[in-house]
Amino acid sequence: MKRITVNEKWCLGCHLCEYYCAFANSGGEDMAKALKGITIQPRLRIEQAGCISFAVACRHCDTPLCVKSCITGSLSVRDGVVCVDREKCVGCYTCVMVCPYGAVMPSESGAIQKCELCTQRSPGIPACVSGCPNGAIVLENGG
Amino acid sequence: MKYVIVGNSAAGIGGVEGIRSVDRSGEIVMFTDEPYHTYSRPLISYYLQGKTDIEKMSYRPEGFYCDNNVRLERGVKVAAIDAENRRVVLDSGASESYDKLLLATGSRAATPPIDGLENAALLFHFLTLDDAKALKSIVAPNSRVLIVGAGLIGLKCAEGLSATGCSITVTDIAGRVLSAALDEGGASMVQRHMEQQGIRFRLNDRIAKITKNRATFAGGQHVDFDILVVAAGVLPNTELMCALGCDAQRGIRVDSLSQTEVPGIYAAGDCVRCCDISSGQEKIMAILPNAYLQGEAAGVNMAGGNKSFETPIPMNAVTLMGLRVISAGTFAGEEHNAGDEGAYKKLFVEDNLLKGYILIGHVERAGIYTSLITGKIPLDTIDFDLMKAQPQLMAFSRSGRQKMLGGQ
Repeated sequence: MKRITVNEKWCLGCHLCEYYCAFANSGGEDMAKALKGITIQPRLRIEQAGCISFAVACRHCDTPLCVKSCITGSLSVRDGVVCVDREKCVGCYTCVMVCPYGAVMPSESGAIQKCELCTQRSPGIPACVSGCPNGAIVLENGG
Repeated sequence: MKYVIVGNSAAGIGGVEGIRSVDRSGEIVMFTDEPYHTYSRPLISYYLQGKTDIEKMSYRPEGFYCDNNVRLERGVKVAAIDAENRRVVLDSGASESYDKLLLATGSRAATPPIDGLENAALLFHFLTLDDAKALKSIVAPNSRVLIVGAGLIGLKCAEGLSATGCSITVTDIAGRVLSAALDEGGASMVQRHMEQQGIRFRLNDRIAKITKNRATFAGGQHVDFDILVVAAGVLPNTELMCALGCDAQRGIRVDSLSQTEVPGIYAAGDCVRCCDISSGQEKIMAILPNAYLQGEAAGVNMAGGNKSFETPIPMNAVTLMGLRVISAGTFAGEEHNAGDEGAYKKLFVEDNLLKGYILIGHVERAGIYTSLITGKIPLDTIDFDLMKAQPQLMAFSRSGRQKMLGGQ
């Protein structure tokens, strides 16, 4: 089961993961061009207070309440990854209401967006994991 | 093992997925009196609005029944249960045997006792795809629509119809909109928002009489209409259980394993009453997430597994003409007001527990609040001031966060 884990004590609060996430999901080729002048809408968020910071992204739960509660059937589990069909999603936010991590994000299109471990992009390592300069976001491949 | 499921909506589908998570080979027969592949009922207002289509309304992919080896019998009504011989009897007189039976029969529109209701020129309910199709085919930009009921269904219907440009009045005997899901302050914010977009309201008023195109209120005033939509709540479909001698008129009673009092019979969804853990009261919580989770638990248990659905609470996420509303739990205890500009926010605290909340406008990360209610998290174990300001994991202890997010 792939999922991201977060090592809070290593997080620098630099927010680079948010930028890498937004870029990875922008479809652009060049990071600077893709993100220039926009308010990024990343699929993970840094929480920060004082000297504590950490990233929050979808946990791809074994019992995903968002999937079970989705009123449209837009959320489903594919190979252990909780995915959203954004064409089908009407943006009712029932998933926002039930996710205990607050990991389902709004998006400009009205449909929700969430971390899909970059599986829609290219198989491999999620952009936040490869981009974190301090090893605070790790991809677990546990069973 | 042979399973029979009555009902093809969220609770029934949850039942199928629950069964198949334990038993890949047992026979499943599903009956529905509708002619459709499983579809999402709450989406009928989006359909009316033109924001979704029949294809996208499918609650599960096209191959669902085939992939799960389910024999779906559409357009078939189950007329009775022969519990002794474990058979369901169909309208046609034919019957089907079962080892385990799931009743996921849902609810139907309640008919308010209004004098002359049957005389309305065009009368609709708003619960099923057929209701939505019929309404969509008849409404025109110059239609005058009167909606009886300012609950979720009535307001979503108003939103759906408003896209056509017709004139809409919503009436309710209750003094506020969404009386089950909001408090007074929240309700007036929603009402104002909808009024600004052209919906008229006549609340705290009772229709005394309906003639062909006119509703006359108790005070003598009247509203003329071309189309009347009755959205005055729903009633659980429990006739099958009542006929077995069970006291189920106000909902079929189930335990956390979704079992009814009759051996071999389970029930889930809108037809069921169970304990709301935020208030401790037994009630019907006719919302889709509960229906699915209860159906899923039923399915697992029917197949010999063990799963309980222990967190039923009332909760609603709804967007009305662009305004986002999420509320959950019970609005009892000490009120904490934490709204900022253009938003409404109330948390309800009792006995060191979050009992309920209302968010309007800013609803991001609401699920963290929901999890405090369902998890019965003692508020003195978290930084409640921080949590009050915004739902956030920062408000949990470091070890609590570590458990949630993994890592070190």
